[in-house]
Amino acid sequence: MARLSRLQPYLLFGVAIVLPLIASNGGFVNFLADAGAFVLLALGLNVVVGFAGLLDLGYAAFFAIGSYTFAMLASPQFDIHIPFWVMLFVASGVAAVFGILLGAPTLRLRGDYLAIVTLGFGEIVPQTFLNLSQWTGGPNGIGSLDQPSIFGYRFGFDALPYYYVILALIAISVLAANNLRASRLGRAWMAIREDELAAAHAGINTTTTKLAAFAIGASFSGLAGCVYASKLQLVSPDQFGFNVSVAVLSMLVLGGMGNIPGVILGSLVISSLDRFILPQATNILHGIGITFDLTNSRFLIYGAILVLTMLFRPEGLLPSRQRRSELHAHGDVAAAEQTLYNEAVP
Amino acid sequence: MALLQLEGVTQRFGGLVAVDRLDFAIEAGSIVAMIGPNGAGKSTVFNLITGIYAPSAGRIVFDGKTISGKRTSAIAAGGIARTFQNIRLFAFMSALDNVMTGRHPRMRAGVLDALLHTPAQRKEERAVRERAFELLRFVGLEAQAEQYATNLAYGLQRRLEIARALAGDPKLLLLDEPAAGMNAKEKLELVELIRRIRERGVTVFLIEHDMRLVKEISERITVLDHGEKIAEGAPDVVCADPKVIEAYLGAPA
Repeated sequence: MARLSRLQPYLLFGVAIVLPLIASNGGFVNFLADAGAFVLLALGLNVVVGFAGLLDLGYAAFFAIGSYTFAMLASPQFDIHIPFWVMLFVASGVAAVFGILLGAPTLRLRGDYLAIVTLGFGEIVPQTFLNLSQWTGGPNGIGSLDQPSIFGYRFGFDALPYYYVILALIAISVLAANNLRASRLGRAWMAIREDELAAAHAGINTTTTKLAAFAIGASFSGLAGCVYASKLQLVSPDQFGFNVSVAVLSMLVLGGMGNIPGVILGSLVISSLDRFILPQATNILHGIGITFDLTNSRFLIYGAILVLTMLFRPEGLLPSRQRRSELHAHGDVAAAEQTLYNEAVP
Repeated sequence: MALLQLEGVTQRFGGLVAVDRLDFAIEAGSIVAMIGPNGAGKSTVFNLITGIYAPSAGRIVFDGKTISGKRTSAIAAGGIARTFQNIRLFAFMSALDNVMTGRHPRMRAGVLDALLHTPAQRKEERAVRERAFELLRFVGLEAQAEQYATNLAYGLQRRLEIARALAGDPKLLLLDEPAAGMNAKEKLELVELIRRIRERGVTVFLIEHDMRLVKEISERITVLDHGEKIAEGAPDVVCADPKVIEAYLGAPA
Protein backbone atom coordinates (compact mmCIF):
# COMPACT_ATOMS: atom_id res chain seq x y z
CA MET A 1 0.00 0.00 0.00
CA ALA A 2 2.77 2.34 0.99
CA ARG A 3 4.50 1.64 -2.30
CA LEU A 4 1.28 2.27 -4.19
CA SER A 5 0.76 5.64 -2.54
CA ARG A 6 4.30 6.59 -3.49
CA LEU A 7 3.52 5.76 -7.11
CA GLN A 8 0.24 7.65 -7.05
CA PRO A 9 1.60 11.03 -8.20
CA TYR A 10 3.26 9.39 -11.22
CA LEU A 11 0.10 7.45 -12.06
CA LEU A 12 -1.98 10.61 -11.87
CA PHE A 13 0.55 12.43 -14.00
CA GLY A 14 0.34 9.62 -16.54
CA VAL A 15 -3.44 9.89 -16.57
CA ALA A 16 -3.13 13.65 -17.04
CA ILE A 17 -0.91 13.07 -20.09
CA VAL A 18 -3.26 10.65 -21.87
CA LEU A 19 -6.54 12.22 -20.76
CA PRO A 20 -6.82 14.85 -23.53
CA LEU A 21 -5.82 12.27 -26.16
CA ILE A 22 -8.75 10.04 -25.21
CA ALA A 23 -11.18 12.92 -25.07
CA SER A 24 -12.36 13.68 -28.59
CA ASN A 25 -14.00 16.89 -27.44
CA GLY A 26 -11.95 20.05 -28.05
CA GLY A 27 -13.92 21.92 -25.42
CA PHE A 28 -12.81 19.40 -22.82
CA VAL A 29 -9.13 19.93 -23.64
CA ASN A 30 -9.70 23.66 -23.42
CA PHE A 31 -11.28 23.15 -20.02
CA LEU A 32 -8.34 21.02 -18.87
CA ALA A 33 -5.88 23.71 -19.89
CA ASP A 34 -7.80 26.45 -18.05
CA ALA A 35 -8.24 24.25 -14.99
CA GLY A 36 -4.50 23.59 -15.12
CA ALA A 37 -3.76 27.31 -15.03
CA PHE A 38 -5.86 27.52 -11.88
CA VAL A 39 -4.00 24.57 -10.39
CA LEU A 40 -0.82 26.60 -10.88
CA LEU A 41 -2.41 29.60 -9.18
CA ALA A 42 -3.61 27.46 -6.28
CA LEU A 43 -0.15 25.94 -5.84
CA GLY A 44 1.34 29.43 -5.64
CA LEU A 45 -1.24 30.77 -3.22
CA ASN A 46 -0.70 27.66 -1.13
CA VAL A 47 2.91 28.72 -0.53
CA VAL A 48 1.72 32.06 0.87
CA VAL A 49 -1.41 30.99 2.76
CA GLY A 50 -0.88 27.30 3.38
CA PHE A 51 2.82 27.20 4.18
CA ALA A 52 3.55 30.64 5.62
CA GLY A 53 0.06 31.34 6.98
CA LEU A 54 -0.19 34.81 5.37
CA LEU A 55 -3.80 35.34 4.34
CA ASP A 56 -3.67 36.96 0.89
CA LEU A 57 -7.00 38.05 -0.58
CA GLY A 58 -5.53 39.82 -3.59
CA TYR A 59 -3.58 37.02 -5.18
CA ALA A 60 -5.17 37.67 -8.60
CA ALA A 61 -3.02 40.83 -8.75
CA PHE A 62 0.06 38.69 -9.46
CA PHE A 63 -1.86 36.69 -12.06
CA ALA A 64 -2.65 40.04 -13.69
CA ILE A 65 0.95 41.19 -13.50
CA GLY A 66 2.20 37.95 -15.07
CA SER A 67 -0.38 38.18 -17.85
CA TYR A 68 0.24 41.84 -18.63
CA THR A 69 4.01 41.33 -18.58
CA PHE A 70 3.59 38.74 -21.27
CA ALA A 71 1.09 40.88 -23.16
CA MET A 72 3.33 43.93 -23.25
CA LEU A 73 6.51 42.11 -24.21
CA ALA A 74 5.13 39.55 -26.65
CA SER A 75 2.53 41.28 -28.81
CA PRO A 76 2.12 43.95 -31.48
CA GLN A 77 1.36 46.45 -28.66
CA PHE A 78 4.93 47.79 -28.62
CA ASP A 79 6.05 45.47 -31.39
CA ILE A 80 8.24 43.64 -28.94
CA HIS A 81 8.22 39.90 -29.49
CA ILE A 82 10.20 38.13 -26.82
CA PRO A 83 9.79 34.35 -27.21
CA PHE A 84 7.22 32.70 -24.97
CA TRP A 85 9.80 30.41 -23.33
CA VAL A 86 11.90 33.38 -22.24
CA MET A 87 8.76 35.18 -21.12
CA LEU A 88 7.97 32.36 -18.69
CA PHE A 89 11.06 33.36 -16.75
CA VAL A 90 10.52 37.09 -17.23
CA ALA A 91 6.85 36.98 -16.17
CA SER A 92 7.50 34.89 -13.07
CA GLY A 93 10.45 37.15 -12.21
CA VAL A 94 8.37 40.33 -12.61
CA ALA A 95 5.55 38.81 -10.55
CA ALA A 96 8.06 37.85 -7.85
CA VAL A 97 9.40 41.42 -7.73
CA PHE A 98 5.86 42.73 -7.28
CA GLY A 99 5.30 40.05 -4.67
CA ILE A 100 8.11 41.66 -2.70
CA LEU A 101 6.96 45.24 -3.41
CA LEU A 102 3.39 44.51 -2.34
CA GLY A 103 4.49 42.22 0.49
CA ALA A 104 6.88 44.71 2.09
CA PRO A 105 4.26 47.16 3.41
CA THR A 106 2.23 44.31 4.93
CA LEU A 107 5.02 42.72 6.96
CA ARG A 108 3.85 44.00 10.30
CA LEU A 109 0.29 42.95 9.65
CA ARG A 110 -1.30 39.69 10.59
CA GLY A 111 -4.56 37.88 10.04
CA ASP A 112 -7.51 40.13 9.25
CA TYR A 113 -5.38 43.25 8.78
CA LEU A 114 -3.15 41.52 6.28
CA ALA A 115 -6.23 40.20 4.49
CA ILE A 116 -7.71 43.69 4.15
CA VAL A 117 -4.51 45.24 2.79
CA THR A 118 -3.94 42.45 0.27
CA LEU A 119 -7.60 42.81 -0.73
CA GLY A 120 -6.82 46.43 -1.48
CA PHE A 121 -3.82 45.53 -3.62
CA GLY A 122 -5.96 43.02 -5.48
CA GLU A 123 -8.29 45.88 -6.44
CA ILE A 124 -5.57 48.43 -7.18
CA VAL A 125 -3.57 46.36 -9.65
CA PRO A 126 -6.30 45.67 -12.28
CA GLN A 127 -7.50 49.28 -11.81
CA THR A 128 -3.99 50.47 -12.59
CA PHE A 129 -3.87 48.39 -15.75
CA LEU A 130 -7.25 49.86 -16.69
CA ASN A 131 -6.05 53.43 -16.19
CA LEU A 132 -2.63 53.17 -17.83
CA SER A 133 -4.46 52.97 -21.13
CA GLN A 134 -1.62 54.38 -23.27
CA TRP A 135 0.36 51.20 -22.48
CA THR A 136 -2.26 48.63 -21.58
CA GLY A 137 -5.07 49.43 -23.95
CA GLY A 138 -7.33 50.39 -21.06
CA PRO A 139 -10.63 48.51 -20.88
CA ASN A 140 -9.98 46.80 -24.21
CA GLY A 141 -6.81 45.22 -22.94
CA ILE A 142 -4.12 43.91 -25.28
CA GLY A 143 -4.96 41.48 -28.03
CA SER A 144 -3.37 39.17 -30.60
CA LEU A 145 -0.63 38.10 -28.25
CA ASP A 146 2.20 35.99 -29.58
CA GLN A 147 1.71 32.28 -29.76
CA PRO A 148 4.47 30.03 -28.52
CA SER A 149 6.33 27.87 -30.96
CA ILE A 150 8.78 25.09 -30.39
CA PHE A 151 11.13 23.61 -33.01
CA GLY A 152 9.22 25.42 -35.73
CA TYR A 153 5.84 24.17 -34.51
CA ARG A 154 3.43 27.03 -33.83
CA PHE A 155 0.85 26.44 -31.10
CA GLY A 156 -2.01 28.17 -32.92
CA PHE A 157 -5.48 28.14 -31.39
CA ASP A 158 -5.55 24.49 -30.40
CA ALA A 159 -5.67 24.08 -26.61
CA LEU A 160 -3.75 20.80 -26.60
CA PRO A 161 -0.14 22.10 -26.75
CA TYR A 162 -0.98 24.74 -24.12
CA TYR A 163 -2.36 21.99 -21.95
CA TYR A 164 0.93 20.12 -22.11
CA VAL A 165 2.93 23.24 -21.31
CA ILE A 166 0.69 23.87 -18.32
CA LEU A 167 0.99 20.25 -17.25
CA ALA A 168 4.78 20.50 -17.37
CA LEU A 169 4.66 23.73 -15.36
CA ILE A 170 2.39 22.05 -12.81
CA ALA A 171 4.84 19.15 -12.49
CA ILE A 172 7.73 21.56 -11.95
CA SER A 173 5.71 23.63 -9.48
CA VAL A 174 4.66 20.56 -7.49
CA LEU A 175 8.29 19.45 -7.25
CA ALA A 176 9.38 22.96 -6.28
CA ALA A 177 6.66 23.38 -3.66
CA ASN A 178 7.37 19.95 -2.25
CA ASN A 179 11.11 20.60 -2.04
CA LEU A 180 10.49 23.96 -0.40
CA ARG A 181 8.14 22.48 2.17
CA ALA A 182 10.77 20.04 3.38
CA SER A 183 13.59 22.56 3.55
CA ARG A 184 15.07 25.09 5.92
CA LEU A 185 12.90 27.76 4.31
CA GLY A 186 9.77 25.60 4.53
CA ARG A 187 10.33 24.97 8.22
CA ALA A 188 10.87 28.69 8.76
CA TRP A 189 7.53 29.46 7.03
CA MET A 190 5.72 26.97 9.19
CA ALA A 191 7.42 28.29 12.31
CA ILE A 192 6.23 31.82 11.46
CA ARG A 193 2.74 30.46 10.83
CA GLU A 194 2.74 28.73 14.22
CA ASP A 195 4.35 31.47 16.34
CA GLU A 196 6.07 34.46 14.78
CA LEU A 197 7.72 35.67 17.99
CA ALA A 198 9.15 32.25 18.81
CA ALA A 199 10.34 31.99 15.20
CA ALA A 200 12.27 35.26 15.52
CA HIS A 201 13.82 33.96 18.74
CA ALA A 202 14.92 30.84 16.87
CA GLY A 203 17.01 33.14 14.64
CA ILE A 204 14.58 33.31 11.72
CA ASN A 205 14.55 36.68 9.99
CA THR A 206 10.79 37.00 9.71
CA THR A 207 11.01 39.88 7.20
CA THR A 208 13.03 38.09 4.53
CA THR A 209 11.27 34.79 5.17
CA LYS A 210 7.82 36.30 4.64
CA LEU A 211 9.01 38.22 1.59
CA ALA A 212 10.35 34.95 0.17
CA ALA A 213 6.88 33.46 0.58
CA PHE A 214 5.26 36.41 -1.22
CA ALA A 215 7.87 36.34 -3.99
CA ILE A 216 7.77 32.60 -4.60
CA GLY A 217 3.97 32.48 -4.36
CA ALA A 218 3.73 35.34 -6.87
CA SER A 219 6.22 33.74 -9.26
CA PHE A 220 3.91 30.71 -9.66
CA SER A 221 1.08 32.99 -10.70
CA GLY A 222 3.45 34.79 -13.07
CA LEU A 223 3.91 31.48 -14.87
CA ALA A 224 0.16 30.90 -14.87
CA GLY A 225 -0.49 34.42 -16.17
CA CYS A 226 2.01 34.06 -18.97
CA VAL A 227 0.64 30.82 -20.34
CA TYR A 228 -3.00 31.75 -19.73
CA ALA A 229 -2.64 35.05 -21.59
CA SER A 230 -0.87 33.41 -24.48
CA LYS A 231 -3.55 30.73 -24.75
CA LEU A 232 -6.39 33.25 -24.59
CA GLN A 233 -4.53 35.67 -26.93
CA LEU A 234 -5.92 38.52 -24.89
CA VAL A 235 -5.55 40.25 -21.57
CA SER A 236 -8.04 42.71 -20.14
CA PRO A 237 -8.43 44.18 -16.66
CA ASP A 238 -11.73 42.43 -15.94
CA GLN A 239 -10.12 38.97 -15.97
CA PHE A 240 -8.36 39.55 -12.70
CA GLY A 241 -10.99 40.74 -10.28
CA PHE A 242 -11.66 39.86 -6.68
CA ASN A 243 -13.66 36.85 -7.83
CA VAL A 244 -10.46 35.23 -9.14
CA SER A 245 -8.69 35.73 -5.81
CA VAL A 246 -11.68 34.28 -3.98
CA ALA A 247 -12.00 31.35 -6.36
CA VAL A 248 -8.34 30.41 -5.84
CA LEU A 249 -8.66 30.75 -2.08
CA SER A 250 -11.79 28.61 -2.17
CA MET A 251 -9.78 25.92 -3.99
CA LEU A 252 -7.32 25.87 -1.08
CA VAL A 253 -9.98 25.82 1.60
CA LEU A 254 -12.01 23.13 -0.12
CA GLY A 255 -9.06 20.94 -1.02
CA GLY A 256 -6.99 21.24 2.13
CA MET A 257 -4.72 24.16 2.79
CA GLY A 258 -1.02 23.38 2.98
CA ASN A 259 -1.36 19.97 1.35
CA ILE A 260 -0.31 19.88 -2.31
CA PRO A 261 -2.56 16.97 -3.46
CA GLY A 262 -5.45 18.60 -1.62
CA VAL A 263 -4.86 21.93 -3.30
CA ILE A 264 -4.81 20.29 -6.74
CA LEU A 265 -8.01 18.38 -6.00
CA GLY A 266 -9.70 21.52 -4.69
CA SER A 267 -8.87 23.51 -7.79
CA LEU A 268 -10.07 20.73 -10.10
CA VAL A 269 -13.34 20.47 -8.19
CA ILE A 270 -13.99 24.23 -8.32
CA SER A 271 -13.02 24.45 -12.00
CA SER A 272 -15.30 21.57 -12.97
CA LEU A 273 -18.08 23.04 -10.91
CA ASP A 274 -17.68 26.27 -12.80
CA ARG A 275 -17.41 24.81 -16.28
CA PHE A 276 -19.35 21.53 -16.19
CA ILE A 277 -21.47 20.90 -13.20
CA LEU A 278 -23.27 24.23 -13.04
CA PRO A 279 -23.98 24.49 -16.81
CA GLN A 280 -25.11 20.85 -16.89
CA ALA A 281 -27.32 21.32 -13.86
CA THR A 282 -28.81 24.42 -15.49
CA ASN A 283 -29.60 22.35 -18.58
CA ILE A 284 -31.23 19.72 -16.46
CA LEU A 285 -33.29 22.36 -14.70
CA HIS A 286 -34.33 23.67 -18.11
CA GLY A 287 -35.35 20.16 -19.05
CA ILE A 288 -37.76 19.94 -16.17
CA GLY A 289 -39.13 23.37 -16.91
CA ILE A 290 -37.22 25.54 -14.43
CA THR A 291 -35.49 28.44 -16.11
CA PHE A 292 -32.89 29.37 -13.54
CA ASP A 293 -29.30 29.94 -14.61
CA LEU A 294 -27.13 28.39 -11.90
CA THR A 295 -23.96 29.77 -13.51
CA ASN A 296 -25.12 33.26 -12.57
CA SER A 297 -25.22 32.30 -8.93
CA ARG A 298 -21.84 30.57 -8.93
CA PHE A 299 -20.56 32.77 -6.14
CA LEU A 300 -23.58 31.97 -4.05
CA ILE A 301 -22.73 28.33 -4.61
CA TYR A 302 -18.99 28.81 -3.86
CA GLY A 303 -19.99 30.58 -0.67
CA ALA A 304 -22.33 27.75 0.28
CA ILE A 305 -19.54 25.25 -0.39
CA LEU A 306 -17.15 27.20 1.80
CA VAL A 307 -19.66 27.43 4.62
CA LEU A 308 -20.43 23.72 4.36
CA THR A 309 -16.71 22.87 4.27
CA MET A 310 -16.10 24.96 7.37
CA LEU A 311 -19.02 23.30 9.17
CA PHE A 312 -18.43 19.69 8.26
CA ARG A 313 -14.84 19.29 7.12
CA PRO A 314 -12.88 22.41 8.07
CA GLU A 315 -9.57 20.77 7.16
CA GLY A 316 -10.68 20.34 3.52
CA LEU A 317 -11.12 17.25 1.36
CA LEU A 318 -7.48 16.10 1.42
CA PRO A 319 -5.87 17.80 4.40
CA SER A 320 -2.29 17.65 5.58
CA ARG A 321 -1.69 15.76 8.82
CA GLN A 322 -0.96 19.11 10.47
CA ARG A 323 -4.17 20.78 9.49
CA ARG A 324 -6.29 17.79 10.47
CA SER A 325 -4.81 17.69 13.98
CA GLU A 326 -5.04 21.45 14.31
CA LEU A 327 -8.75 21.45 13.64
CA HIS A 328 -9.52 18.39 15.69
CA ALA A 329 -7.28 19.21 18.61
CA HIS A 330 -9.96 19.99 21.16
CA GLY A 331 -9.89 16.49 22.64
CA ASP A 332 -6.10 16.51 22.88
CA VAL A 333 -5.94 19.94 24.43
CA ALA A 334 -8.52 18.98 27.02
CA ALA A 335 -6.54 15.86 27.82
CA ALA A 336 -3.31 17.86 28.08
CA GLU A 337 -4.94 20.34 30.42
CA GLN A 338 -6.16 17.51 32.58
CA THR A 339 -2.66 16.03 32.87
CA LEU A 340 -1.29 19.48 33.59
CA TYR A 341 -3.85 19.88 36.35
CA ASN A 342 -3.01 16.46 37.77
CA GLU A 343 0.70 17.23 37.69
CA ALA A 344 0.31 20.60 39.33
CA VAL A 345 -1.65 19.17 42.25
CA PRO A 346 0.83 17.20 44.36
CA MET B 1 35.40 40.28 30.14
CA ALA B 2 31.79 39.53 30.88
CA LEU B 3 29.76 37.58 28.31
CA LEU B 4 26.72 39.80 28.76
CA GLN B 5 26.77 43.32 30.12
CA LEU B 6 23.87 45.68 30.75
CA GLU B 7 24.92 49.30 31.16
CA GLY B 8 22.35 51.68 32.59
CA VAL B 9 19.55 49.95 30.74
CA THR B 10 16.20 51.70 31.12
CA GLN B 11 12.87 50.76 29.63
CA ARG B 12 9.90 53.10 29.81
CA PHE B 13 6.38 52.25 28.72
CA GLY B 14 4.69 55.63 28.61
CA GLY B 15 4.92 56.93 32.16
CA LEU B 16 5.89 53.57 33.62
CA VAL B 17 9.54 52.82 34.18
CA ALA B 18 9.65 49.03 33.86
CA VAL B 19 13.43 48.78 34.13
CA ASP B 20 15.42 51.57 35.74
CA ARG B 21 19.11 52.16 35.02
CA LEU B 22 19.99 48.52 35.36
CA ASP B 23 23.67 47.58 35.45
CA PHE B 24 24.78 44.04 35.66
CA ALA B 25 27.06 41.50 34.06
CA ILE B 26 27.12 37.76 33.49
CA GLU B 27 30.42 35.89 33.36
CA ALA B 28 30.84 33.21 30.69
CA GLY B 29 30.26 29.68 31.98
CA SER B 30 28.17 30.67 34.99
CA ILE B 31 24.63 29.94 36.08
CA VAL B 32 22.95 33.09 37.34
CA ALA B 33 19.41 33.90 38.37
CA MET B 34 17.20 36.94 38.51
CA ILE B 35 14.46 37.03 41.10
CA GLY B 36 11.94 39.57 42.22
CA PRO B 37 8.27 39.98 43.02
CA ASN B 38 5.66 39.80 40.25
CA GLY B 39 5.84 42.85 38.03
CA ALA B 40 9.40 43.66 39.04
CA GLY B 41 10.49 43.82 35.40
CA LYS B 42 12.28 40.49 35.09
CA SER B 43 10.66 39.38 31.85
CA THR B 44 11.15 42.90 30.48
CA VAL B 45 14.89 42.42 31.05
CA PHE B 46 14.74 39.22 28.99
CA ASN B 47 12.77 41.01 26.29
CA LEU B 48 15.38 43.77 26.21
CA ILE B 49 18.21 41.27 25.88
CA THR B 50 16.50 39.39 23.04
CA GLY B 51 15.63 42.58 21.18
CA ILE B 52 11.84 42.59 21.55
CA TYR B 53 12.31 46.09 22.93
CA ALA B 54 15.13 48.49 22.22
CA PRO B 55 16.06 50.07 25.57
CA SER B 56 14.88 53.66 26.14
CA ALA B 57 18.37 54.36 27.48
CA GLY B 58 21.58 52.48 28.11
CA ARG B 59 23.12 49.67 26.12
CA ILE B 60 23.52 45.93 26.16
CA VAL B 61 26.81 44.35 25.16
CA PHE B 62 27.05 40.66 24.33
CA ASP B 63 30.29 38.92 23.52
CA GLY B 64 32.01 42.26 22.91
CA LYS B 65 29.32 43.63 20.58
CA THR B 66 26.52 46.07 21.27
CA ILE B 67 23.25 44.22 20.64
CA SER B 68 20.69 46.70 21.93
CA GLY B 69 18.62 47.93 19.00
CA LYS B 70 19.34 44.92 16.81
CA ARG B 71 16.54 42.72 15.60
CA THR B 72 15.54 39.65 17.56
CA SER B 73 16.55 37.19 14.88
CA ALA B 74 20.01 38.74 14.59
CA ILE B 75 20.52 38.58 18.36
CA ALA B 76 19.38 34.95 18.37
CA ALA B 77 21.75 34.16 15.51
CA GLY B 78 24.51 35.90 17.47
CA GLY B 79 24.23 33.33 20.24
CA ILE B 80 21.41 34.18 22.68
CA ALA B 81 18.60 31.63 22.94
CA ARG B 82 15.61 31.65 25.23
CA THR B 83 12.57 29.84 26.51
CA PHE B 84 9.31 31.53 27.43
CA GLN B 85 7.34 31.87 30.62
CA ASN B 86 4.23 30.57 28.85
CA ILE B 87 5.62 27.92 26.53
CA ARG B 88 5.83 29.02 22.89
CA LEU B 89 6.52 25.96 20.81
CA PHE B 90 5.57 25.49 17.17
CA ALA B 91 2.45 23.63 18.24
CA PHE B 92 1.69 21.73 15.06
CA MET B 93 5.21 20.80 14.10
CA SER B 94 6.86 17.62 15.32
CA ALA B 95 9.27 17.74 18.24
CA LEU B 96 12.05 17.00 15.76
CA ASP B 97 11.00 19.85 13.43
CA ASN B 98 10.83 22.21 16.39
CA VAL B 99 14.45 21.44 17.24
CA MET B 100 15.56 21.53 13.58
CA THR B 101 13.95 24.98 13.29
CA GLY B 102 16.10 26.10 16.21
CA ARG B 103 19.13 25.31 14.05
CA HIS B 104 17.97 27.77 11.36
CA PRO B 105 20.62 30.48 11.81
CA ARG B 106 23.46 27.96 11.61
CA MET B 107 22.22 26.51 8.32
CA ARG B 108 23.33 27.64 4.87
CA ALA B 109 20.83 26.30 2.34
CA GLY B 110 19.07 29.07 0.43
CA VAL B 111 16.01 29.17 -1.80
CA LEU B 112 17.80 27.71 -4.81
CA ASP B 113 19.32 24.84 -2.83
CA ALA B 114 15.87 24.04 -1.51
CA LEU B 115 14.18 24.29 -4.92
CA LEU B 116 16.77 22.11 -6.62
CA HIS B 117 17.19 19.77 -3.65
CA THR B 118 20.96 19.90 -4.16
CA PRO B 119 23.27 17.27 -2.65
CA ALA B 120 24.73 19.93 -0.33
CA GLN B 121 21.24 20.81 0.89
CA ARG B 122 20.36 17.15 1.52
CA LYS B 123 23.61 16.60 3.35
CA GLU B 124 22.96 19.60 5.56
CA GLU B 125 19.40 18.43 6.27
CA ARG B 126 20.67 14.99 7.29
CA ALA B 127 23.33 16.48 9.56
CA VAL B 128 20.84 18.84 11.21
CA ARG B 129 18.34 16.01 11.67
CA GLU B 130 21.08 13.96 13.33
CA ARG B 131 21.97 16.83 15.64
CA ALA B 132 18.34 17.46 16.50
CA PHE B 133 17.98 13.80 17.51
CA GLU B 134 21.07 14.15 19.66
CA LEU B 135 19.49 17.15 21.43
CA LEU B 136 16.20 15.31 21.89
CA ARG B 137 18.16 12.51 23.56
CA PHE B 138 19.97 15.10 25.67
CA VAL B 139 16.68 16.37 27.11
CA GLY B 140 15.10 12.90 27.18
CA LEU B 141 12.60 13.31 24.36
CA GLU B 142 13.91 10.91 21.71
CA ALA B 143 10.81 8.70 22.00
CA GLN B 144 8.56 11.66 21.18
CA ALA B 145 10.52 12.91 18.15
CA GLU B 146 7.64 12.53 15.69
CA GLN B 147 4.89 13.83 17.96
CA TYR B 148 3.40 17.26 17.59
CA ALA B 149 4.71 19.63 20.23
CA THR B 150 1.17 20.41 21.32
CA ASN B 151 0.47 16.76 22.12
CA LEU B 152 3.38 16.45 24.56
CA ALA B 153 2.86 16.52 28.30
CA TYR B 154 3.56 19.87 29.90
CA GLY B 155 6.90 18.93 31.47
CA LEU B 156 8.09 17.53 28.15
CA GLN B 157 7.07 20.73 26.35
CA ARG B 158 9.36 22.67 28.69
CA ARG B 159 12.19 20.29 27.82
CA LEU B 160 11.46 20.56 24.11
CA GLU B 161 11.67 24.33 24.34
CA ILE B 162 15.12 23.97 25.89
CA ALA B 163 16.21 21.56 23.16
CA ARG B 164 15.02 24.00 20.49
CA ALA B 165 16.91 26.81 22.21
CA LEU B 166 20.10 24.75 22.34
CA ALA B 167 19.89 23.77 18.67
CA GLY B 168 21.44 27.03 17.48
CA ASP B 169 24.57 26.50 19.62
CA PRO B 170 23.92 29.52 21.85
CA LYS B 171 26.55 30.95 24.16
CA LEU B 172 23.87 32.24 26.51
CA LEU B 173 20.59 30.54 27.36
CA LEU B 174 17.80 32.55 28.97
CA LEU B 175 15.26 30.45 30.86
CA ASP B 176 12.07 32.28 31.83
CA GLU B 177 10.55 30.46 34.84
CA PRO B 178 11.62 27.01 33.68
CA ALA B 179 10.23 25.26 36.78
CA ALA B 180 6.77 26.85 36.62
CA GLY B 181 4.09 24.19 36.95
CA MET B 182 6.57 21.38 37.59
CA ASN B 183 6.31 18.85 40.38
CA ALA B 184 9.16 18.11 42.82
CA LYS B 185 10.58 15.26 40.75
CA GLU B 186 10.52 17.30 37.55
CA LYS B 187 12.26 20.15 39.35
CA LEU B 188 15.09 17.84 40.40
CA GLU B 189 15.43 16.68 36.81
CA LEU B 190 15.45 20.30 35.66
CA VAL B 191 18.30 21.18 38.03
CA GLU B 192 20.27 18.27 36.68
CA LEU B 193 19.46 19.30 33.07
CA ILE B 194 20.58 22.89 33.68
CA ARG B 195 23.88 21.64 35.09
CA ARG B 196 24.42 19.45 32.05
CA ILE B 197 23.66 22.42 29.81
CA ARG B 198 26.39 24.40 31.53
CA GLU B 199 28.77 21.47 31.02
CA ARG B 200 28.19 21.90 27.29
CA GLY B 201 29.74 25.33 27.68
CA VAL B 202 26.50 27.30 27.68
CA THR B 203 26.06 30.14 30.15
CA VAL B 204 22.64 29.99 31.83
CA PHE B 205 20.60 32.97 33.01
CA LEU B 206 17.25 32.17 34.58
CA ILE B 207 14.24 33.91 36.01
CA GLU B 208 12.61 31.74 38.64
CA HIS B 209 10.27 31.99 41.59
CA ASP B 210 11.17 28.70 43.23
CA MET B 211 13.77 29.89 45.75
CA ARG B 212 14.97 26.41 46.66
CA LEU B 213 15.77 25.72 43.04
CA VAL B 214 17.39 29.12 42.56
CA LYS B 215 19.57 28.77 45.67
CA GLU B 216 20.59 25.27 44.75
CA ILE B 217 21.68 26.02 41.24
CA SER B 218 22.79 29.62 40.82
CA GLU B 219 26.16 31.07 41.57
CA ARG B 220 24.90 34.63 41.61
CA ILE B 221 21.49 36.12 42.10
CA THR B 222 20.26 39.54 41.05
CA VAL B 223 17.15 40.86 42.76
CA LEU B 224 14.86 43.24 40.92
CA ASP B 225 12.07 45.26 42.47
CA HIS B 226 10.06 47.95 40.68
CA GLY B 227 12.55 47.75 37.83
CA GLU B 228 15.53 48.50 40.05
CA LYS B 229 18.31 46.23 41.16
CA ILE B 230 18.09 46.05 44.94
CA ALA B 231 20.60 43.32 45.66
CA GLU B 232 23.16 41.14 43.96
CA GLY B 233 25.58 38.44 44.97
CA ALA B 234 25.90 34.87 46.23
CA PRO B 235 22.58 33.14 47.06
CA ASP B 236 23.03 33.07 50.86
CA VAL B 237 24.02 36.71 51.03
CA VAL B 238 21.16 37.87 48.83
CA CYS B 239 18.50 35.89 50.65
CA ALA B 240 19.59 37.31 54.00
CA ASP B 241 19.54 40.88 52.70
CA PRO B 242 16.89 42.90 54.60
CA LYS B 243 16.00 44.84 51.44
CA VAL B 244 15.18 41.60 49.64
CA ILE B 245 13.08 40.34 52.52
CA GLU B 246 11.26 43.65 52.56
CA ALA B 247 10.58 43.50 48.83
CA TYR B 248 9.04 40.06 49.17
CA LEU B 249 7.29 40.30 52.53
CA GLY B 250 6.78 44.03 52.96
CA ALA B 251 8.39 46.35 55.51
CA PRO B 252 8.19 45.37 59.18
CA ALA B 253 5.33 47.14 60.92
